Amino acid sequence: MRILNASGCLDALAAPEVARQLDAFVTKTVTPLPREGNAPPRIAETAHGMLNAIGLANPGRERFLAEHLPRLRELGIPLWVSVGGFSADDYAETCAALEGIEAVELNLSCPNVDEAADSAAEIVSACRRATALPLYAKLSAAHPDVAEVARAVAAAGADGLSLINTLRATALDRNLRPVLARGSGGLSGPALKPVALNAVSVCHEATGLPIVGMGGIETGRDALEFAACGACDVALGTVLFADPGAASRVRSELAVACAEAGVAKPDDGRSLSKSPETEEKVPA
Amino acid sequence: MQSSGSPSRHSVTGSERIGPYTLLRLERGGLDPGAPGQFFMLEAPGRLLPRPFSLCLAPAGELAFLVDPIGPGTEALCALEPGEEIRVLGPLGHGYRLDVERPLLVGGGIGIAPLPYLAERLGGSPPVVLGFRSEEHAEAAALLPGAEVVIDPTLVTELIEPGFDVLACGPEPMLQAVAALCPSAQLAWEAPMACGYGACYGCVVEIDGALKRLCLEGPVLDAARVRAHAEVAA
Repeated sequence: MRILNASGCLDALAAPEVARQLDAFVTKTVTPLPREGNAPPRIAETAHGMLNAIGLANPGRERFLAEHLPRLRELGIPLWVSVGGFSADDYAETCAALEGIEAVELNLSCPNVDEAADSAAEIVSACRRATALPLYAKLSAAHPDVAEVARAVAAAGADGLSLINTLRATALDRNLRPVLARGSGGLSGPALKPVALNAVSVCHEATGLPIVGMGGIETGRDALEFAACGACDVALGTVLFADPGAASRVRSELAVACAEAGVAKPDDGRSLSKSPETEEKVPA
Repeated sequence: MQSSGSPSRHSVTGSERIGPYTLLRLERGGLDPGAPGQFFMLEAPGRLLPRPFSLCLAPAGELAFLVDPIGPGTEALCALEPGEEIRVLGPLGHGYRLDVERPLLVGGGIGIAPLPYLAERLGGSPPVVLGFRSEEHAEAAALLPGAEVVIDPTLVTELIEPGFDVLACGPEPMLQAVAALCPSAQLAWEAPMACGYGACYGCVVEIDGALKRLCLEGPVLDAARVRAHAEVAA
């Protein structure tokens, strides 16, 4: 099981020692044009989670390719580039310009910008034609049937899934005004974990595609639970803010968690989660 | 800047009330106190995210932080008792430049936090002017013996005389007023911050005409570099 970062939760150039703990670094989402992002306040702590409304702040495709990507390559870490846009062509043009990276993650679900006009499957299909790189579709669990979206992107040529993105949410201050300048933001952190585990489970059953599971992972035990639901790899997001050493810690905790659960490796946890004996232990 | 590895655990060595504030003392361990105006991320017990604090004092073997209980995280820090442990990451960011000829330290409210350590590192007992919103808040002036103190509605900017190299920390309106009076001042800003090391992109401030991360650029900035700023949430 590889440990990645969730896109947008780490700047490898600002904190290379943190990025080097990862099995691959996922960039912040790159859009065709530069974006300054949303006005502050952009973050707020909530019960067992946090909201962010960064708004895909990024230098834009041209500067990313010319300045950021070469510097990221110098770090010597496998790179995944998160690609965003507002139409299938936006995504496909960025995909066509990428080379020498391990994979592309298509951000089909940022809650902090207006949605792309084209469907997830249309975007994946356009990107599939534009690149031979592995394509991971990052989906939102806010869709009423995420498994259906997963099947559609699989049919369109996605090689894997990244699950889940943040969920759109609002927090109010003591004067009952939204804390975030944008009004709403994306909820992340431990509050998200049960939602993410379910999305991973149903998408795994629906597609069998490799899945990078994320959403509230704080410990090795959390990572093992994602494996049990069908994730091949996991990504860390909010936990990195409080603990920049989280990737190394989760990796060593994962070995202990496997031993405690009586499995040789995280993937073996999958059969365990399906056994009737385990299900009986779940309180009604 | 330290941003590698995990935060280290530090036990509380003391917790004193100073007016409405709490001076939280931690065992220093292997941490460098850093430059005045740099900051540390302190675990807020029971909360998901740590909170940023500039260093107030660096007694031998300790690090001391001035905490204003304005929300659940800061209240939990104020409630810590000697012997309890929290995780600490730092020092982070950029502090004050100390190569000034005629320093004048200007502080407002909880913004006086970095000034005792700044005065110590500058040496020679630099003049200090402080503004508070009440007599109770002004008790914190005891951390800076010899300081001139004013209380609302008198403004601390009324005490700033020309010809000084101003080093300031305080609420945004005070910093804006100081910047207008002293374009060469060094100002310590504040912003909501989840990580302190450039990962969360939450703490942006308009710096040099664009939204930039305060944790990496600041928190101490030359007055001319900042134009607007976000309200700080609890």
